[in-house]
Amino acid sequence: MKSIKILGTGCPKCKTLFNNVNEAVQNKGIEAQIEKVEDIQDIMKYNVLSTPVLVIDEKVVLKGTASNASEIEGLL
Amino acid sequence: MFEWTQAFADWLIFQVFELAPESNLGHALNFFVYDTIKILVLLFLIIFLMGIINIYFPIERLKNYLHRKKLYGLEYLLASTFGAITPFCSCSSVPLFIGFVQGGIPLGVTFSFLITSPLVNEIAIALFLGMFGWKATLIYAGSGILLGTFGGWLLGKLKLEHLLTDWVQKILANAEAKESDFEESKQTFLQRIPEISRNAWDLVKGILLYVIIGIGIGTAMHGYVPENFFAEYLGSGAWWTVPLAVILAVPMYANAAGIVPVIQVFVAKGVPLGTAIAFMMATVGLSIPEGTLLKKVMIWKLIAIFFGVVTMFIIFSGFLFNILL
Repeated sequence: MKSIKILGTGCPKCKTLFNNVNEAVQNKGIEAQIEKVEDIQDIMKYNVLSTPVLVIDEKVVLKGTASNASEIEGLL
Repeated sequence: MFEWTQAFADWLIFQVFELAPESNLGHALNFFVYDTIKILVLLFLIIFLMGIINIYFPIERLKNYLHRKKLYGLEYLLASTFGAITPFCSCSSVPLFIGFVQGGIPLGVTFSFLITSPLVNEIAIALFLGMFGWKATLIYAGSGILLGTFGGWLLGKLKLEHLLTDWVQKILANAEAKESDFEESKQTFLQRIPEISRNAWDLVKGILLYVIIGIGIGTAMHGYVPENFFAEYLGSGAWWTVPLAVILAVPMYANAAGIVPVIQVFVAKGVPLGTAIAFMMATVGLSIPEGTLLKKVMIWKLIAIFFGVVTMFIIFSGFLFNILL
């Protein structure tokens, strides 16, 4: 099972990323635990400068973009 | 460059809808169609251009550069310029602030970035270009960058570190020159074009409504506000109009896409361009929502000092424009 985290303080882009991730996970039919991280202190532990951020298995894979479902599928 | 837009607007309104060019409605609709298309094309082009710049100069690269080199004061200008070319997203300003502090970038330099980032943004640049021409755009962007440079420098000199919130001070104490890693892109430029244009299009789509409403209000005002209306009531260039415009605009939060078309009418009806630029800067550069976001990293006193310094600088540049322009 993959652990997926979406870091972001709740801006529109973060919500879009969250939806895109859900869509990608469904399309791929894999099991994943998707978690939203909204606390700024927790976000900053990942040493990032722009949100939203996509973290897969504790590794930062996307920064500052809402991306799209097909690109995220590629990353999963 | 935009003759075809005019030709299209003429054709659509005068031929297809058969409105007389002399009629008020025909004239207004023609102007509306022309302006909307022109602005949308410019928006797309500028955002596309910014997208290219950002792929080659991601913000992580600036951060690494800033703590690697001794720049003798130039770091303020550099941070401010970067603030201008980075697409602004208010939700990123707090992570950015912390990221810079964490990376050992001086507070003043961080402020330079933070000031210019919303103040000079791609949307406002595109609209300025379409509505006021390249000269006014250069003045707006150039002065915004200088404002961020000196504003950040001054805030740095004031030694405000103790006014950061506790957890940020802890980060500050443990700050180290950590390199931020960013991926050097493996794709070629041509491979990236579809992605950049998709992002640009998404952004344009997101503000489309504001642009149309803004130009709509502008068009309506064009027809109904008498010539020299503002000049008459505000007194052409009376000194207090600049601070008044700025102070009214600070708490306001408006998307640049909606505010610039309205400002254009103000200028057409007699408000000096300098006052108008100052008003716009205060609207997009400072706002209550931004202050609330910064609350996570600064105590109120620091937010007040930050806003105060930027407001003063905007008022000052408003005066300067009115003298120069």
